[in-house]
Amino acid sequence: MGAGSAGQRLGWVPAPQQGWVAPHIASEFPGLGIAWVEVDAKPGKSPEPVRRRLRDLSDRTYGSQAIRLRERPIPWAYRVFFRQIGLDPDRTRTPVEQLALDRLHDGGFRSNGLPGDALDIAIVETGVALRAFDAEAVSGRLCIRDSAPGESLAGMPGEMAKGTLAIADEARPLGLLFGATAAGLGVEQGSRRIVVAAIQVKGVPQIAVEEALWMAASTLEAA
Amino acid sequence: MDGRLDSGGGLTTLLGMPALLRQEEVAGLGVAVGERGARLQLRRQIARLEAELAGLFGEAFGHAEVPHRIDSVAPVPRVLDLGELEAVRDGLAGRVAEARRALVERRRVEDENRELVERMLAAPQDYKWVRVSREDLGLHGCGHWHSRPRLGPIGMLMGWWRVKVSSGCPLAGRLAAVDR
Repeated sequence: MGAGSAGQRLGWVPAPQQGWVAPHIASEFPGLGIAWVEVDAKPGKSPEPVRRRLRDLSDRTYGSQAIRLRERPIPWAYRVFFRQIGLDPDRTRTPVEQLALDRLHDGGFRSNGLPGDALDIAIVETGVALRAFDAEAVSGRLCIRDSAPGESLAGMPGEMAKGTLAIADEARPLGLLFGATAAGLGVEQGSRRIVVAAIQVKGVPQIAVEEALWMAASTLEAA
Repeated sequence: MDGRLDSGGGLTTLLGMPALLRQEEVAGLGVAVGERGARLQLRRQIARLEAELAGLFGEAFGHAEVPHRIDSVAPVPRVLDLGELEAVRDGLAGRVAEARRALVERRRVEDENRELVERMLAAPQDYKWVRVSREDLGLHGCGHWHSRPRLGPIGMLMGWWRVKVSSGCPLAGRLAAVDR
């Protein structure tokens, strides 16, 4: 375990583990990081307390907040990072902005079952970008790196373009950084252990990352 | 004043400028001149411009259309080179300038409408049938100022004009009745 001391420091279990960022990527993007937590969970319909929490969140999320979201520090930090990696955050939305937009469009946060709802709650509450993977398919520590020549993402046609930023384990890329997840590595009906990963960018405080992971993990474990 | 460097490596006083202008001494001053340094500098500028654009977008929302879209330069996330970062920075700078112009123009129109309402209230007969909405003044909610004759045709013939201020947004019940 890397800097899993964060969880020990906070005294909650499971403790979050700190992944690594390829040195040449870290030197380009100071503040970029990945941390994750592994939890037991059963994908499926969310229990009533989780759905109630989503409804409560819907009730205190307004259109005006969605408009002003980009001015808040954490959503702004992700927008900036999106720009810096060539994405248009008004087309490829940051996770929290996408949820805010869905909330306005659907009139509420729709329940998509677990682990989706647990992630949505944590993302909306903290603004931190979270991803979920099937723990059985992940080997070793997570990292953020650029694609190696000839590397491809399972389920995607062709090779990944040179320099594509990806979330990877010690064996292969798990998904694009802020993009598609490789086929068979996402959470599926049969998954029993789930890796919840938080992507930290410059401007997102460590405490927010830990809170997001704790919130998602505790929601999953309580369900 | 000393020619010292701030914590970010930038010169803080004018005394350092002559040295900065002599290229060979730049490295000695600790100023990053490599391409990576330039990319970091561009990323900082992108961050600042994005914050500015977000503020202008929020300020203008509901009042004026501000251009805020910049096409993505890459289909997938990746480390951008210097030229691409410059393109993003320039795109943002352009959008910020356009957004500022749009807001200034909108404020000018709203000020003109505000003055128009004041003139209408002072002399309604000079602005027959003119109607200015709250939206035209940059105000929230429904309602408008409308220069109309008192007592309908009689007022028109007698020149009895007044500005009528509408009572606000229609109630939901009334809107439902319209649908029926």
